[in-house]
Amino acid sequence: MKSIRDRLSPVVRAIPPSGIRRFFDLAAGTEGVISLGVGEPDFVTPWRFRDACVDALERGYTTYTSNRGLPALRRAVSDYLERRFGVSYHPDTEILVTVGASEGIDVALRAVLSPGDEVLIPEPCYVSYGPCVQLAGGVPVYVPTRAEDRFKLRADTLERFITPKTKVLLLSYPNNPTGATLTRQDLEQIRSIVLKHDLLVITDEIYAELSYVTPHCSFASLPNMRDRTVLLTGMSKAYAMTGWRVGFACGPKDWISAMVKIHQYTILCAPIMSQMAAVEALTKGDRERDHMVSVYEERRRLVVSAFRQMGLSCHEPEGAFYAFPSIRSTGIPDDVFAEELLKRAKVAVVPGRVFGPGGEGHIRCSYATSVDQLLTAFERIQSFLDRLDEVREHRLARVESGQIGNR
Amino acid sequence: MDSLVKRILQLLQENSRLPKEAIADMLGVSRNEVAAAVDQLEKNGIIVGYSAVINWEKAGYDQVTAMIDVKVTPQRDAGFDAIAERIYRFPEVKSVYLMSGAYDLSVVVEGRTMKEVARFVAEKLSTLEHVVSTTTHFILKKYKQDGVIFDDREGDQRLVITP
Repeated sequence: MKSIRDRLSPVVRAIPPSGIRRFFDLAAGTEGVISLGVGEPDFVTPWRFRDACVDALERGYTTYTSNRGLPALRRAVSDYLERRFGVSYHPDTEILVTVGASEGIDVALRAVLSPGDEVLIPEPCYVSYGPCVQLAGGVPVYVPTRAEDRFKLRADTLERFITPKTKVLLLSYPNNPTGATLTRQDLEQIRSIVLKHDLLVITDEIYAELSYVTPHCSFASLPNMRDRTVLLTGMSKAYAMTGWRVGFACGPKDWISAMVKIHQYTILCAPIMSQMAAVEALTKGDRERDHMVSVYEERRRLVVSAFRQMGLSCHEPEGAFYAFPSIRSTGIPDDVFAEELLKRAKVAVVPGRVFGPGGEGHIRCSYATSVDQLLTAFERIQSFLDRLDEVREHRLARVESGQIGNR
Repeated sequence: MDSLVKRILQLLQENSRLPKEAIADMLGVSRNEVAAAVDQLEKNGIIVGYSAVINWEKAGYDQVTAMIDVKVTPQRDAGFDAIAERIYRFPEVKSVYLMSGAYDLSVVVEGRTMKEVARFVAEKLSTLEHVVSTTTHFILKKYKQDGVIFDDREGDQRLVITP
């Protein structure tokens, strides 16, 4: 029999293995690790939302829902987006409940991409975008953002990467891993590029509620952008509901209808009990959400201040729950730094290069971690930094003895 | 009270061991400002003490806590305050609250055995002048105290690294 490996789809084979995977195995195998490497809230879903799910189960809500999602949830999403971000979508035709915003990325891309279409993706970025584009037959084109600009996407840089094949711009602000946000003015400049080149836009605003410096401005709220934009958001981050897998895709009805077509044949619908909990959260969960956001905000200040006191350069992350300090001054590559930090100091962080070449020289540190844990982590990182010479000697010895070759 | 002071109090109530430096960083103010505020709060008797929340049962010490509903006759001029003071001066008494409803004072008493608590109620509490009646409820199990869940089964279930 011909091997399975040889028969795998070339598209799937072309997707590089996750840079996070090796690191995950390393961290999972180490005892007593404090992890700043987690991309989800440390809060357990507030009891009020969980209770709504338990209640749904007790009342026998165990069925499929309509493909687009529970009407009550779509109404709640419509109200919520209007109330929080001033964008309005019709619950019957312009909103699709997805299995997390992740599914939204996939179906939004698949609904519009033809083979060879290019998708602009500012990087460093969340690890799924590129592979999702490839799986949809498109070509990811990474647009670099720089630490000097606090990782904000610049319109002039963006325009340099536009070709006749460019079809979609994929925005994700507030950004994972950099914590960068874009103001209305920043977005205005991007908007003019979008208009000039008649691009479609997918804007992943899953971290919208976690904007600490200026209130979040949705790209879809800009004049005339709504009709060429799919806005993705969901319950995972602001409502601490990652495992529930409930996201929302909102956009012009033709684009959403095409997405529904894919969704109905591949997913059918998001789990009903999760949707019930989401209704509760969106309609009655402001207090819980605001509490969590204010706690992140305090930790954000704590983390930035701690890294700066350690002598590391750390731009102010204005959103999400990540700090992205530079470790260039240590002279050690970020992947080596993260590995040694894990082994020697038992603190897990994610090397910046995992999120794209622009992330090199940085480490992603999540502050979705309790203050106690953060304080202990800082002590460990500080003492690791104090003994960096040992790390350098050790790595040098390994290089000379040929233990580390091509990485 | 300004929101800064309120937040300092909330943070200390959650964790009185939180370093002042961390509080200052979290709230975006100087360390001196936090130190001065805490100092003032202590002097003014707003922060009255710092203590640990302990699950004594788990520590293996036998201890009995009772909540006692006390009906009293209020006194001219002093109202309930004078009788409350006569009760809360006893070291066995951990808390005293003036209540609305069917009785007047809620008194929390701790002792090593039920007998000891019962004796305290019979000999000290119910014999006080102005105390009309007492109803004693022994606590059988503590699930949550001062906002802290004992034996919380909710751990961190997250994977160590996620994108």
